[in-house]
Amino acid sequence: MGPLITLGLLVAAVLWIITAYNRLIMLKNQVVNAWKQIDVQLKRRHDLIPNLVETVRGAISFERETLEAVVQARTRAVAATGVKDVARAEGELTQALGRLFAVAEAYPELKSLANVGQLQEELASTENRIAFSRQHYNDVATSYNVAQAQFPTNLVAGLAKATPAELWEIEDPGERDVPKVDLSLG
Amino acid sequence: MVHRAADLFTQQEANRRKSSWLLLGFVFFFAWIGFGADIALYLMPAEAGVRHGVPWVGIVATALAAGLAWSAWRFGHRQVLWSTRAMELITPVTPEQQRLVNVVEEMAIAAGLPRPSIWIVPDEDPNAFATGPEPAQAAIAVTEGLLARLDRDELQAVVAHEFAHIARYDTRLMTLVAAMVGVIALMSDGMGRMLFHSQRATGALGRGMARRAGGRRLGQVGPALPLVLVLWLVSLLAAPVVSRLLSMAISRKREFLADATAAQYTRNPAALARALRALEDVRTPTLAVGRGAAALCIVDPSDRRFQRWKGAAGDLFASHPSIEERVRRLEQMGAR
Repeated sequence: MGPLITLGLLVAAVLWIITAYNRLIMLKNQVVNAWKQIDVQLKRRHDLIPNLVETVRGAISFERETLEAVVQARTRAVAATGVKDVARAEGELTQALGRLFAVAEAYPELKSLANVGQLQEELASTENRIAFSRQHYNDVATSYNVAQAQFPTNLVAGLAKATPAELWEIEDPGERDVPKVDLSLG
Repeated sequence: MVHRAADLFTQQEANRRKSSWLLLGFVFFFAWIGFGADIALYLMPAEAGVRHGVPWVGIVATALAAGLAWSAWRFGHRQVLWSTRAMELITPVTPEQQRLVNVVEEMAIAAGLPRPSIWIVPDEDPNAFATGPEPAQAAIAVTEGLLARLDRDELQAVVAHEFAHIARYDTRLMTLVAAMVGVIALMSDGMGRMLFHSQRATGALGRGMARRAGGRRLGQVGPALPLVLVLWLVSLLAAPVVSRLLSMAISRKREFLADATAAQYTRNPAALARALRALEDVRTPTLAVGRGAAALCIVDPSDRRFQRWKGAAGDLFASHPSIEERVRRLEQMGAR
């Protein structure tokens, strides 16, 4: 009877290790996927900005500084690598865009541009997509981090090569809210 | 976060399990009615000419039910969409349609789910529903009235609510329920007509029962058979009521859970509260949505003023919890 019980316990232990290991791997893949999602959305924003700049350039050409700031922030954001760097560069880009929209409020000529409404919807959507993909990434990364730190799953963490995933910190408190993009100009 | 993930997983499992049981129960229900009919026919006098050795009715009914269950599983979401005359939005034309596509794609990101197909129901009343057996085959449908009436944040909240149903596998269960409630209602209507409007059938059945009750073959047939017959008749008559109540009970708790999950997706419970209030204020019923699909909708498609007026007693028979209660719970989550 003794060996049988030992064998049973052994089998149970192995099964548990397999389950815990697979769970960690699944979570890790989710984190990687979620990060790729952010990348996709950031690229969408990067692609949209030249279009935006071209559209508004004619109407507010004398706000050269604001436009330049957006273009430069975009260039830096495209070049950034690593969670921390990307987060900072994208945060700056968001702020630069915010200033551009604030300035645009003062120019009623923009209203007459046919595709401003369309562009406004696209930008609002893009900002939302970035915010939501970031939120999803942080949710998934937190699940992963908690799972690998919790007992008894932490015993398998080394086996699954699990290391804590970096969270996308939001440094600017004003940026915690999804930015409201409003080009409707009254 | 971990609790949330575990909670979601439990929900999904429960819905998968319930869906399987529902399909099984559906097939057994028809087998019960079919074989019950065989017994009833067997009890009839020989001169009625309907006795038979092989329980054909039961076999046919069971096979039919299995076929219906399979098609409900496979095509239930198509049937629901078809019944509401929804049209798939493939290329957005108007700004409102573009906004809807964007909002759906945003929420797909927030929920971490594949983008569902988007459908528009030609109806002036604001309402929305989601359907589909899996997230990968899911569909979200909104009415034209919804698009016209809600602002972007509110639309987002409603779409998030529908995504919550998809993520929880509510849509699988609810679509099956919708498909089956429709079938059972149809069947029992037909059976009822057969039993009560066909002189020959009722007459023969009545005579057969009377003879067995007072006749010499009572001991041979056994006292259990009339009981079986009565049970079968009762279940047959109660079926539409039961199926209706079932579909209601299933959806009420779900709406609260989906509201909560939607708030987690958007981090904006206030917008959902506003959207629900806006939906409540419109009193026209959603005509495009039939009884079967009612439980799938974000707000009861029947006249919502009536539901409000009914109060607590009305709550018991409503497919949806009162909007007031839903808004109250959202406010507890931080909606102002």
